[in-house]
Amino acid sequence: MESVSGPKSVLEIRGLTRRFGGLTAVDRFDVDVNEGEIVSLVGPNGAGKTTVFNLISGVLRPTAGSVRLLGRELVGLPAHRITHQGVARTFQNIRVFPQLTVRENILLGTHHWTRSGMLGSVTFWPSTLRAERAAQAEVHTAIDLFRERLEARLDDPAFSLSYANRRRTEMARALAARPKLLLLDEPAAGMNPYERIEVAGLIRSMRDRGLTIFLIEHHMPLVMEISDRVVVMDHGVKIAEGLPKEVHSNPRVVEAYLGRRAASA
Amino acid sequence: MDYFLQNFPQQLVNGLELGSLYALIALGYTLIYGILEMLNFAHGDVYMVGAFLAAGVAGLLVHNEVAVVPAGLAVALMMLVAVGGAGLLGVGIERIAYRPLRNANRLAPLITAIGVSLFLESAVQVWVSPAPVLVPSNALVPQTVLHVASVVTPLTGLALFVAAVALMVALDAFVFRTRFGSAMRATAQDREAATFMGIDVDRVILVTFFVASALAGMGGVLFGLRYASVDFFMGYLLGIKAFTAAVIGGIGNIRGAMVGGLLLGVLESLVGGFISSQFQDTFVFLALITVLLIRPQGLFGQPLTDRA
Repeated sequence: MESVSGPKSVLEIRGLTRRFGGLTAVDRFDVDVNEGEIVSLVGPNGAGKTTVFNLISGVLRPTAGSVRLLGRELVGLPAHRITHQGVARTFQNIRVFPQLTVRENILLGTHHWTRSGMLGSVTFWPSTLRAERAAQAEVHTAIDLFRERLEARLDDPAFSLSYANRRRTEMARALAARPKLLLLDEPAAGMNPYERIEVAGLIRSMRDRGLTIFLIEHHMPLVMEISDRVVVMDHGVKIAEGLPKEVHSNPRVVEAYLGRRAASA
Repeated sequence: MDYFLQNFPQQLVNGLELGSLYALIALGYTLIYGILEMLNFAHGDVYMVGAFLAAGVAGLLVHNEVAVVPAGLAVALMMLVAVGGAGLLGVGIERIAYRPLRNANRLAPLITAIGVSLFLESAVQVWVSPAPVLVPSNALVPQTVLHVASVVTPLTGLALFVAAVALMVALDAFVFRTRFGSAMRATAQDREAATFMGIDVDRVILVTFFVASALAGMGGVLFGLRYASVDFFMGYLLGIKAFTAAVIGGIGNIRGAMVGGLLLGVLESLVGGFISSQFQDTFVFLALITVLLIRPQGLFGQPLTDRA
């Protein structure tokens, strides 16, 4: 437990457990992510990392345990309510809406904080127009981070974008949600080395904008470079946690990775 | 040939009028398919219930061929009750019959929809009337007949056409220009990702059913005012034809449903006028089979989620 003067905890997970039949995918998992921190969740494939994200964002219900965002319990809320509480996420396999334009995708990110309701959406009340302007402005704030890369593509359908631009769109959409906690599931997956450097810079600038970031990433140099703290999972259990360099040299971590690699070789 | 040229404009106008009705119902089919990828075979019967609600209101407000309130008010009340009632019926059907099956095998909701369709038909037949119910439309709407050159059409037929086009345009704007519409399109494309945008997917689906069913209800009112009679079986064949229209236009596509409906109405009218009215339905379903064989995605070939 933090002392009163300690950093403000944004995400507080305690005893999080999820079983699928006889398999315990996540086993009594604890973590804290503090305001303004970048915390990475790493581990071999199948360690349960994405399951943790799914439990936080409400896709899955935990078998046991609690997930608190700024002190409020999220367990039991439907996924769309969790978004309203301030959690945004991106996906390992990119989930932009392919037939919507980049702009429409990013506007959907603002959906939960500009809700004008069914009636509001078909009227031209001042409050509706104000919300619409705020949402449009947010699109520009969000894509600003990506410089000119999305600017020219704003009115193109997302399916026509390059892989990297679809990832950028998904991130911009998550940013536009003004989240209190941003979950990034393998933001650098499928990116080339140059794009990875860009991703590292992006994640840092998101943090500099005041975001709190919890991410899953496989690319170790990226993790080492950007993380304030690293949490390591294997077989659903947290096996290590600490500063990047502490974790890097932890024998249990090395074993978890090398053991898995040797087995699959 | 002279016969054809003389009669073609009239048959075309008749076809557009009939097609407007198909289009109104097809819009609902396509809207629900677009969001759930489900064929709501009860949709034609929602239209029928809407028509009966309108007929019921008309029966209360018209005595001895004279409306007890101003005719305009009576028509407005018929629309309010039929549109609202059909909308709520659609919402109820979704909530009770379809939602429990949302993650089931695709065949399950389809068969349930057929069941709901049979239920509604039987319920109206048994509890309301097995015989046609008359709508006193001559007491409610002007029975003016318009003459333009050699073409003749009742004012109510023109109203049907105008209403169908206006509702299509409004629906298109609702889906493509409003915030709620973008939530609908997001839900149609990736339901789970939509929840992460804070979209209450259940609510979006309910609203979709309400809008689709309300359009059917409007179709029911307009039909009653135009043809002055409604019966429990009226939604059966019309529902199948509206479905055909939606498929011809490209199911899931709003503008496609409109165009498909009008085309089908014109085709049916031309076959009736120049070949034989006995072959009307044959040609309608021949058109369906042809489209499915040659262009299975339909004329517009894109889902609700696309701009046509």
